Amino acid sequence: MSFERIKEKLNILADAAKYDVSCASSGSNRTNKNKGLGNSTGMGICHSYTEDGRCVSLLKILMTNYCIYDCAYCVTRKSNDIKRAAFKIQEVVDLTINFYRRNYIEGLFLSSGIFKNADYTMERLVAVAKKLREEENFNGYIHLKSIPGASDELMREAGLYADRLSVNIEVPTVSGLKLLAPDKNYEDFTKPMLKVKNEIIQYKAEKKIIKSTPKYAPAGQSTQMIIGATGESDKDIMYSATHYYKNYHMKRVYYSGYVPVAEDKRLPAIGSQVPLLRENRLYQTDWLLRFYGFHVKEILNADFPNLDMDVDPKLGWALRNMHHFPVDVNRADRAMLARIPGIGMQSVHKIINARKFRKLNWEHLKNIGIALNRAKYFMVCDSSKWENRDLEPDRIKGLILQNSSGKFRKEYSNQLQLFS
Amino acid sequence: MINSKILVYDGSFNGFLTAVFTAFDEKVSVSDIQREDEYQSGLFSESETVITDSEKAKRVWYGIDKKSHTAIKQIYFAFLSESRGIEMLLYRYIRKLFSKQDASPSDYSDGIVLKTSQLAKSVGREKHRMEAFVRFQLTKDGIYFANIEPDFNVLPLISKHFRSRYADQYWLIYDVKRKYGLYYDLKKVEIVTMDLKELLTNSIHKSETLTAAEYDFQDLWNNYFKSTNIKSRINLKLHQQHVPKRYWKYLSEKREVV
Repeated sequence: MSFERIKEKLNILADAAKYDVSCASSGSNRTNKNKGLGNSTGMGICHSYTEDGRCVSLLKILMTNYCIYDCAYCVTRKSNDIKRAAFKIQEVVDLTINFYRRNYIEGLFLSSGIFKNADYTMERLVAVAKKLREEENFNGYIHLKSIPGASDELMREAGLYADRLSVNIEVPTVSGLKLLAPDKNYEDFTKPMLKVKNEIIQYKAEKKIIKSTPKYAPAGQSTQMIIGATGESDKDIMYSATHYYKNYHMKRVYYSGYVPVAEDKRLPAIGSQVPLLRENRLYQTDWLLRFYGFHVKEILNADFPNLDMDVDPKLGWALRNMHHFPVDVNRADRAMLARIPGIGMQSVHKIINARKFRKLNWEHLKNIGIALNRAKYFMVCDSSKWENRDLEPDRIKGLILQNSSGKFRKEYSNQLQLFS
Repeated sequence: MINSKILVYDGSFNGFLTAVFTAFDEKVSVSDIQREDEYQSGLFSESETVITDSEKAKRVWYGIDKKSHTAIKQIYFAFLSESRGIEMLLYRYIRKLFSKQDASPSDYSDGIVLKTSQLAKSVGREKHRMEAFVRFQLTKDGIYFANIEPDFNVLPLISKHFRSRYADQYWLIYDVKRKYGLYYDLKKVEIVTMDLKELLTNSIHKSETLTAAEYDFQDLWNNYFKSTNIKSRINLKLHQQHVPKRYWKYLSEKREVV
């Protein structure tokens, strides 16, 4: 192969693929068959991290950045004047195998601009995956994009070779989608999602009866939403995410702070700041919903349509619901422990184990690793020294902010100054 | 103290377990357990050199494993941390496991248990890091070769991962600090020691031993690494937290910066 030409294509098509934030390589269960190449064992591995701090786990590229659509938020939209390129199927296969053998990557994440039509594009993505699995005996991780509008037959085939499939909904509201991607229908996005969901359900049912049922997308499906491109509220985003988790059994919903890539009067101008803090708060909320037993309505509702910027969503919830506190860590159940600000699920697990042996005091809790600067206002333990002043929520917030530092502190202290 | 002894062992995990066996078997009051290459005689205690006996080691291993599978795993991981005084910490932990009815590796309010689990966790993290940071380079002999310099002695822990992943290629991972490596010949993994003169190469100082295409692939990878970065989101602090500087010289995408 000609390295110079490949290098040029790789630069263009990796650059265009990087706005897809998903880089997960976990959750699959492919073992190495017949002394072949690779495996995928549930635990993802980040082989490197870019200078923006994001994980590099997969070779994430587009098949091509030619596209018939003109979605305003997308760098490869047809009206954008950029260099275009396309990989041949064999070139993607060779790159993947050679990177994988050197332990650079866990596998391939293949997406594409849409050329000709949805099925033609999807066919080529499937062809790469098929070649890797069948000709190269490759058992590493493969993440394929479901091209909006692709046929059910192709989605079925895609899932037989891929570990994960994803369609990016990109715009969290239907009205926003109409505004920014006028050529696309909402149904084009949901159709492949629905097909994949149903195939996974069917696979799981059949596997119980016939153990050799071929795997179908064992790492499930995911989607992504752009944050801050249209005027949506945090409530819109999280309610929409909840909808996808619930109705399409998504493994993950990703939130991607919008990076301006084009001058368009419908969108934030080029050079405007990427909403990193907001993105962070949304992920924190996502975690609360998936692992901490919160319901989305507890955190975001008509009275609180947006997340606090200065405190994390769990602390924000606690400050609005002081009647649940203080919690006795030696007696409370798992669900309530998980709601104490400053205590994560790892610490919950440790506390529940440790308190079987003795009553826990501040020293034990500190060694276990909970964030006492936040937690101490919301809990009691085996000690007479606990926060016994009757503090107002605002005062607690003030004390916590005063006695801690946060990675985004500088940003929102500037934001606050604007209004004071 | 009468009969207070320093037990000296060869530095291997089996050696350590043999020392534990000896301590229990001979009812020695142990004042310290030391590696023979770091042995310092104590003023008031005599010493006994323990000869590694895999049968005795096995009995201790299975004895602990029977008490708790998590405990033996944590003890092995923590031992590989090679941290100062690790032997006595683990010896106390093992005594606790055998003496107390309700001693458990999940008693995180106990100092010794917590410390051991934290050390095991650090070693586990380093193991995971090495599974990520190994960068194979293809030699003209057809061997995928990588140098590593892990904080802890994790080669024994990563062997299985690489064996099951790269089952169809010859590979060699060499620990520069501890001067030994693992070599896989398509059938089994062997421990090898060798004298490596030329350890680091890059596109400027090309090595004769590597294939020509190797540098092209490294170049492609380095290019990919650069193109996938989003400049408007730059966060070097986070970058360095995930990829600490001490590993850079072994990562082709970071090596040119070093």
